[in-house]
Formats: sequence, C-alpha cells, structure tokens
Amino acid sequence: MKAAIITFPGSNREGDVFRALADVTGHKPVHVWHADYELPPGTDLVVLPGGFAYGDYLRCGAIAGRAHIMQAVKAHAARGGLVLGICNGFQILVESGLLPGVLMRNANLRFVCKMQHLRVERADTPFTRAYKQNQVIKVCIAHGEGNYIADAETIARLEGEGLVAFRYCDGAGKVGGAANPNGSLHDIAGIYSADRKVLGLMPHPENLIDPLVGGIDGRGLFTSLMAA
Amino acid sequence: MKARITVTLKPSVLDPQGKAIEGALHALEVPGIKGVRQGKVFDIDMDDMAPDAATSALKAAAEKLLANLIVETYRIELV
Repeated sequence: MKAAIITFPGSNREGDVFRALADVTGHKPVHVWHADYELPPGTDLVVLPGGFAYGDYLRCGAIAGRAHIMQAVKAHAARGGLVLGICNGFQILVESGLLPGVLMRNANLRFVCKMQHLRVERADTPFTRAYKQNQVIKVCIAHGEGNYIADAETIARLEGEGLVAFRYCDGAGKVGGAANPNGSLHDIAGIYSADRKVLGLMPHPENLIDPLVGGIDGRGLFTSLMAA
Repeated sequence: MKARITVTLKPSVLDPQGKAIEGALHALEVPGIKGVRQGKVFDIDMDDMAPDAATSALKAAAEKLLANLIVETYRIELV
C-alpha cells in the first residue's frame, strides 16, 4: 500500500499520520508538498492531514482546496484511488468539492479538544473493514470548525446511500444530545464519497494507535487500509 | 479601478458569531440592536475595464474562491 501525505503550509499532523501508517501497515508513506503538481507514481492512498493549512485564512481549507496538488488528488480520486482527509483535511475535501457540504464553526463557538466516542456506521469499506458495524470507538477530536452542514437534499442522499462513515455518540453508542460536540447535522463525524473511496472525518484516529497515549481504537482504520 | 465584494451567510444559515456579537452589544446597552449578521469585505484593486467585464471577473472571484455558495452569498460593488 503506497501512501502519499500532502503537506500544506500550516499542516501539523502530517508526522502523526506518517507514524500511524508506517507503524500499522509497515510501509513508509511519502511526503508531498502542496506546490507539487503530481503524486508519486503508483500512489494508492492520499492523506490530507490535520492542521491549519494557510492559517485557515478566508475559510478553513478554502485556499488549500484550490492548491495545485489538489488537481492531482482529484484525478487520483476519479481513477478510484483512495483519499483520506482528517480534520483540516476533511475541511479541504469539502472546499475542493471532493465531498459535499461544509464544516462550520462549532455551534457553541468553542474549540473542542477532548476524547470522543464514535459509532462506525459500516464496516465494509476500505477504511473500516477492520472494525465491526456499529462498533463504538474512542478517539480524540480537536477542532473549532467541525459542525457539518449540508442542504436537506444532500443529507438525504448521504443517509439514503449509506455515505455517513462515523457519527458522534456516547460510550454506549447512543447518538444525539450532549454526545454531539459541535452541532453537526445528524451527528455526522465523517462521510464518504459516492464510491466510498474518499473519506473525510473530523476526529483523529492517527493519534490513537499507541496504548502509551490513551488507546488504540484508531489503529483499525489503518489496519483496514493495509489491505487496500 | 476599485471594487468591493461583500460575503455574508445566507439568511437560512445560523450565524453563531453574529449572535455572540449581538449579545455583546446588548450587554453594552447599545440601543436599538435587533440582530447582527457577520460577514467579510474584500476591497479589490483591479485593472481599468468596462463595468460588464469587471463584474464578470469579480463574479468569477466570488464564486471560485471568496464565497462558499453552500452557505454564503455575495454582493459586488464597483466603486
């Protein structure tokens, strides 16, 4: 599995993703600079890491979503290649048009940085096959703009086609109420593209791969990708 | 020539920042404040051109980058 991690000015989780991929899959990813025009030949997976690309200027992910390299990422996705956007990477995916909707300021206006339970909505995708359907995992979130919004038609399509990847929930897997940290519609924490080859999510599975730092519930995502 | 593009959230979209500002204005006892919506203003310096051509270029700027049309609208002014 050949992975390429795109680094933008202001990305700051590229090292975490590198470590997670290298540790879990045994293959070292390649770092790609945002001003490059091409992905390394044979790339299977593109990762857009978390951070604050371009300082979140204009809107989170707006400028990064239009960087040169995103043309190559779009072409990769059009060929059926895998794309994973985490946190700011998810914001970049929606701004680039690779995923629908928008991530607005958290409903309570606060930056949230805490452990968070998620429900795995389906376990038959390249990103989640190491999990079980409806499994509850505990990872961390750290964002100020994670409030997922889309028009009613888009939300209906995401739900109808099974494109919601993860929902915020409590430890028992119950969604809604206080278990939703940012006001996201339908408790959405992550979504897939129509072919389920592009995944964007706000939480950080790459930070939960080592028992030393609080848990390994994030490993499943990278274990799943190993078979890709 | 100079132009201004104003980007605001669509009326249907909740604006928590505007609400917080509105609350602060009420706390400051500024009279008559009924509601606040926050937006962004872009003052743009551009080559001299016919108003139609300028408007068309500014529309492209707004729609390709400055506004996210899912939640925002924009207004163009040539000044």
